[in-house]
Amino acid sequence: MNRNDLGPMAVDRRDFLKFTGGGIAVAVTLKDASLLSEAMEQQRGYPTDFNAYVRVGEDGRVSVFSGKIEMGQGGETSQAQMAAEELRVSLDSVDMVLGDTDLCPRDSGTWGSMTTRMFGPALRAGCATAREVLLELAAERLGVATDKLQVENGVVSAVGGEGRVTYAELAKGQRIERTLDREAVLQALEDCTVMGTSPKRFDRREKVTGKAQYAGDIRLPDMLRARILRPPSHGATLTSVDTSAAEAVPGVTVVNQDGLVAVLHEDREVADRALGLIGAEFDVPEPTVNDRTIWDHIVAAAPVGRTGHEAGNLDAGAGACTKITENTYYDGYVAHATMEPHTALASVEDDRVTLWVSTQSPFGDQGRVARALEIDPSQVRVITPYVGGGFGGKASNNQALEAARLAWITRRPVQVMWTRDEEFFYDTYHSAAVVKIRSGIDPEGRIQLWDYHVYMAGTRGAEVMYDVPNAAVVSHSARGVHPFATGAWRGPGANTNIFGRESQIDIMAADAGIDPLEFRLSNATDPRLRSVLEAVAKAANWTAAPAPSGRGLGVACGLDAGTYVAHVAEVTVDESTGEVQVERMVCAQEMGVVVNPDGATMQMEGCITMGLGYALMEHIRFQGGDILDRNFDTYRIPRFSHLPEIETVLVENREMAPQGGGEPAIVCIGAVLANAVYDACGSRVFTMPFTPESVRRGMTMG
Amino acid sequence: MRETIRFRLNGRDTTLETDGTRSLLWVLRTDLELTGAKYGCGIAECGACTVLVNGDPVRSCLYPVSQLQDADVITIEGLAQDDDLHPLQEEFAERGAFQCGYCTPGMILEAYSLLTKNQRPTRSEISSGMDGNLCRCGAHKRILEAIEAAAARL
Repeated sequence: MNRNDLGPMAVDRRDFLKFTGGGIAVAVTLKDASLLSEAMEQQRGYPTDFNAYVRVGEDGRVSVFSGKIEMGQGGETSQAQMAAEELRVSLDSVDMVLGDTDLCPRDSGTWGSMTTRMFGPALRAGCATAREVLLELAAERLGVATDKLQVENGVVSAVGGEGRVTYAELAKGQRIERTLDREAVLQALEDCTVMGTSPKRFDRREKVTGKAQYAGDIRLPDMLRARILRPPSHGATLTSVDTSAAEAVPGVTVVNQDGLVAVLHEDREVADRALGLIGAEFDVPEPTVNDRTIWDHIVAAAPVGRTGHEAGNLDAGAGACTKITENTYYDGYVAHATMEPHTALASVEDDRVTLWVSTQSPFGDQGRVARALEIDPSQVRVITPYVGGGFGGKASNNQALEAARLAWITRRPVQVMWTRDEEFFYDTYHSAAVVKIRSGIDPEGRIQLWDYHVYMAGTRGAEVMYDVPNAAVVSHSARGVHPFATGAWRGPGANTNIFGRESQIDIMAADAGIDPLEFRLSNATDPRLRSVLEAVAKAANWTAAPAPSGRGLGVACGLDAGTYVAHVAEVTVDESTGEVQVERMVCAQEMGVVVNPDGATMQMEGCITMGLGYALMEHIRFQGGDILDRNFDTYRIPRFSHLPEIETVLVENREMAPQGGGEPAIVCIGAVLANAVYDACGSRVFTMPFTPESVRRGMTMG
Repeated sequence: MRETIRFRLNGRDTTLETDGTRSLLWVLRTDLELTGAKYGCGIAECGACTVLVNGDPVRSCLYPVSQLQDADVITIEGLAQDDDLHPLQEEFAERGAFQCGYCTPGMILEAYSLLTKNQRPTRSEISSGMDGNLCRCGAHKRILEAIEAAAARL
């Protein structure tokens, strides 16, 4: 430790010295942190300079600064647990400061189930370092060597001797910045007392009383609310605009600059009406593709494949098979449809702009706003209040650029809250995609061939998972294929890939006349995969029967964000209408050490419930660039009446560091329901969502 | 057209001098500085803006304030008595019957009204009573459990 050495990281770009008041601040750089390397390899583009900042105040309260945000996933609480564990303070004494670009360490974004898995180790190391700094200060104060000191609940005391001092007392009158380049020793997982428990969420009281603030709830004096002129269709260009009628509305400000046409007023509804008074004409391109022709378009537009996994020889594999089956699976565009629409408030003071944004990526927004305004990122501060759902959709935040530009032009605070129509229109949808699989089994029911091609969903979730001697996984992608924006949607790509894989596995099991669970177990040796399959079978009281058994039971399994999941679904199908009702969902998940079991369970329940949507009812209909579903009246999402019984099991694995939890339990839902539908009525569905018509059609074909 | 509208808001006499065609949602959020009711869809399809008018849940996004004359309005901010949370709020908080929290005020007020009319609802009555309130995070299971637990206490 370099005492009183203000190393370079201590005053790097986050300007950590800005803190007012006393206390001890610790900035940590993990240069050779071996515990991070594997995680970083998994995730290209994540910053290589993991930082964690911790401050112990004179009142003994601990502030933890994290670039992650809270959008419902419970990361605020679980990060506080990790901090309290390493600092050895009570959880009640920890305050989280999240997603503020002026205060928090840079972070690429809250997505990919990475908070616990990847930022967690850095956060824990930062807090362990802070604990060591405090122990050294205590050693000086008490005149006792550090190895003779113990700490509990923020109180340092000599082992078996006299003398004690609190963190608060150590921090008093101090203004110390220290930098550590070495790794501090993390609390052994088996000794953890805060991690592994389920404290109540930090945000619970605010969220049940209406006090929780989201970006749209922040108010500033003189604030204007903006509505922006939108094209009728993606790809349309504005040819003429007449704002005179809108300008005549008392109190309305009209902006028409560089393609941004907006009306602003203190009252949102006046702005709504003024927008309707704008006369505008657009050139709308002829639609070339729609939601029924999109898959042919995708396969044609993405011919070039990249082979991700290869084993053995496909021809040899085909030769070893007695039954080969070839199928194509289709997936449509799906909206994020967060309850909170994209929202931002921007306020300009001199040459600085401060924004409150509903974002999963405050640092990304900071850079984009700076570029849009042609100013330095240091002139932009992004603050992230509570976010009303993200699921990947709030990685992209044009509303922040719009609010910043309008505030910069009008020199007044401007709030942009997208309407639900704008929210659907500008969403970065889950990508439509196609999966083609040719696979086969030998007479013993062993998979010998796996020839897998995915178009436009990427390779997340495309692992073979099973022991197949002859396999190829090829991903076909191209730019400019989609008629509008697409992006990450909870478990990006994996929902599609696993729908393909686990449906195909079931088809082979049925071909072999083997129970689908037994077929999986007999083709898999991965112990973590087997453990979740066995756990879910036990929890669901699975009894073996080849499908279709008429019972409506399905099984599927997957791997996502380092976490293994297996599901059993029970459905009933109305054979006259094809309507599917999900009766029961059982899920077993193995995610290494579980930081907060109740929080992890909530994410599993949320994934299962949300997953019903993409499997059974959600897809965006469109004609060219025109989006036909723009509100919840036609775009249906899961409701209370769709809710099955949900049972969840966390499979213990104390040997493994904590893995991701925000997404894994959603990636198999399409597959497990497709398999359950087949088991119920013999109808095999190949397209998500599987509408009643497609289920019925499958019955007549089956 | 400007009107004088007198009503009770969370137990307090309130007077508005405003255009009566404005929606209750934006009047709450702008003039009355109560932001617990959320904008979600603007067409009464999601329930995020739900408040109680004379005990009934209404979608405030489409509710003109002119209809509030002499009405009793309860928003999420008015449900707790001082620091004492309503049992529904307690059960939602303790059981984690929320995630992002954006739909939560509407959920709690919808449930409040439901329990006023049916003190011992079955699971399926709760489910159908709450079906017009959307939650994207998938907290439905715990919301049903929280409502049942609150019903048992009321």
